[in-house]
Amino acid sequence: MNQQALERLPELVNGDAWLTHRGRFLDVTFLLAVGEEHFLIRIREGRVESVEQGSFVMPQWTFALRASAQAWRTFWEPSPPPGYHDLVAMMKFKRLQLDGDPYPFMTHIRYFKDLLGSLRTRTAP
Amino acid sequence: MSAPSNARFEPVVGRYLQLHLLGKPHRLYVEEAGEGIPLLCLHTAGSDSRQYRAVMNDGDISSRFRVIAFDMPWHGKSSPPAGWHNHEYKLTSKDYIDMVLTVSDALGLQRPVVMGCSIGGRIVLHLALDHPERFRALIGLQSGAHADPYYDLQWLHRPDVHGGEVCSGIVSGLIGPSAPETDRWETLWHYAQGGPGVFRGDLYFYTVDGDVREKVAEIDTRRCPLYLLTGEYDYSCTPDDTRELARRIQGARATIMDGMGHFPMSEDPEGFLSYLRPVLAAIEQ
Repeated sequence: MNQQALERLPELVNGDAWLTHRGRFLDVTFLLAVGEEHFLIRIREGRVESVEQGSFVMPQWTFALRASAQAWRTFWEPSPPPGYHDLVAMMKFKRLQLDGDPYPFMTHIRYFKDLLGSLRTRTAP
Repeated sequence: MSAPSNARFEPVVGRYLQLHLLGKPHRLYVEEAGEGIPLLCLHTAGSDSRQYRAVMNDGDISSRFRVIAFDMPWHGKSSPPAGWHNHEYKLTSKDYIDMVLTVSDALGLQRPVVMGCSIGGRIVLHLALDHPERFRALIGLQSGAHADPYYDLQWLHRPDVHGGEVCSGIVSGLIGPSAPETDRWETLWHYAQGGPGVFRGDLYFYTVDGDVREKVAEIDTRRCPLYLLTGEYDYSCTPDDTRELARRIQGARATIMDGMGHFPMSEDPEGFLSYLRPVLAAIEQ
């Protein structure tokens, strides 16, 4: 995972009218930790406003989703094996950690599953 | 005027059963199809009897089995008891066992087969321990002796969070990746329709009160055969949980179902029936 792959997130999410509709009450910034790589993702009214990669000195976020690079890579495979196929499954097996205020995530759990699932690589047609 | 050719009634018939249950009058929704060996089906936590729609609609099974499913009180079209608004709903092992025995008696079932999923897969272990003589066989779907919560269950019932959204959102990954889209979302719709606090109240049994780890080795499958079917992708009751059960219960027969998750009968009906048919055939012999 790198900046290039996550740069597609606004296009993938904002182009999905039903997904952005379901997130229309959502305004939040969350941190996505892919191993040592950190991304701040800003969402406004269900649309991804920005994705910023960095070594943040004092990042502000409401919640953080942290997993190893290997765990995310497996999650984003076209057909992930059991235990890597869903965010809650990754939490169950302690591969994914949710820090901070879980409220926006839990109230919009399907939204966030779909948002991160949109990065799943598709098999070639 | 003839009916449009695409309209048909299913062979499933639903009725309301009035009975005293757990010391209170109840109105329970019961549906059934078929004739033969009674097969009483128990739905998962926070859902209802629609999960068994495919078993009921299978002509081969219903020609040999009387397939019955009821909505537990508080679930589906069954009402909660009077006074529901004054206390928290919590399912206990004792109440759940009473419920299955009382409904079975009320329907006049003679040594039925009981098939339950998740909490239903747990309660069949209790039935195997406490009342083996009352059942011809028991089938545990997604059956484990215990489950630790892996998220804060309070999210399932709080006034500032939409229960239907959060319950269906949390369980969505429990469905296997190969499930047909229509059945996947039908299954999640049932979760979206649960009453406030009902899923969480069921999980009190699943995660606290129904822990049967200390006793499962005492199950005597010579008195009542026990079959276990568990989906590969289930992370609530994992294949390892079921294998551990089978290791500890002499004579229990366990099968892991490829590609499936926590709601096999509802999420992938055809796939599930291919695993269920040999079990039912063995029970018939």
